[in-house]
Amino acid sequence: MSQNKNNSQTNIQLDFISESKLAQMAPMEKIRMVLDEVRSGKIIVLERGLAPDEEAKLIEMTMTEITPDEFSGIEIESYPTEQNTSFLRKILGKTTTKTRLTVIGPADHLKTIKKDRDMITAIVTK
Amino acid sequence: MVINLFSWVKRLFKKKKAKIGIYGPPNAGKTTLANRIVRDWSGDAMGPVSHIPHETRRARRREDVIIEANGTTVMLDIIDTPGLATKIDFHGFMACGMEEEEAKRRAKEATEGVIEAVKWLEDLDGVILVMDATEDPFTQVNVTVIGNMEARNLPLVIAANKIDMQKASPARIRGAFPQHPTVPISALEGINTDQLYKEIAKRFG
Repeated sequence: MSQNKNNSQTNIQLDFISESKLAQMAPMEKIRMVLDEVRSGKIIVLERGLAPDEEAKLIEMTMTEITPDEFSGIEIESYPTEQNTSFLRKILGKTTTKTRLTVIGPADHLKTIKKDRDMITAIVTK
Repeated sequence: MVINLFSWVKRLFKKKKAKIGIYGPPNAGKTTLANRIVRDWSGDAMGPVSHIPHETRRARRREDVIIEANGTTVMLDIIDTPGLATKIDFHGFMACGMEEEEAKRRAKEATEGVIEAVKWLEDLDGVILVMDATEDPFTQVNVTVIGNMEARNLPLVIAANKIDMQKASPARIRGAFPQHPTVPISALEGINTDQLYKEIAKRFG
């Protein structure tokens, strides 16, 4: 757990990662970075989230790293993706999936209370 | 006689085959639904069900299940997948009464099951996403499965399951994912499954 001792207060680090930084990374780089950060106890906030196939890969890799009494997995919350279905794209038969903000943290420290299309309520515990 | 033979040959060649995965979080009723579909159309069953999460830890496939609805015949390979999850803690199984060793073994098998379910996503023609209508529909599992199907332009039918329970709210699911067809059902009681078969024939046929 990445907790900084500061005058007997224990803090949890949150990293906010911009869309442009994510855009420079290969899918596996993103997934590795997210898992490494989360395993060290940090909460990660991704400005533009992960592509759906990257989310699936993240779930898959998380499963390979689960160890009893050490790492029980991740809590990941993202808003539902949005489809870009403009008239022109419909004519061309091309729709694109727009991913949205995503929060990821260790399952034993991040807990989602409520989630809907446009709001995520979560608590972080030490 | 000739006309009957002609119509039979025509129907035979109209049959389309699609590989359909039954997905959802643990305990949504995936295997109960898979059993219902397979029993209704081939008189058999797919696997055991349990109230303990992650009962299905290996994907099961049933080939050539023929469904007829709305004048359309579809031939499906049905894959009943293990429940998708982002976390698996063996303590949860101990809370269901398992010994520590058994709970750890089940947790390990459950992680392997999730990996198998994720890998199947890449090899499907469509998905029946089973949601527990008594629960909040905005789970990450639902969001991830829907996102993957949309990104690949593949058909998806949402089965809003457990409508036999008082707390069920299929309207909440429909409101959450209005872009996809949602059919309220009870896989356990067989309620509204005819409507689901019509939607399956329409979307996967």
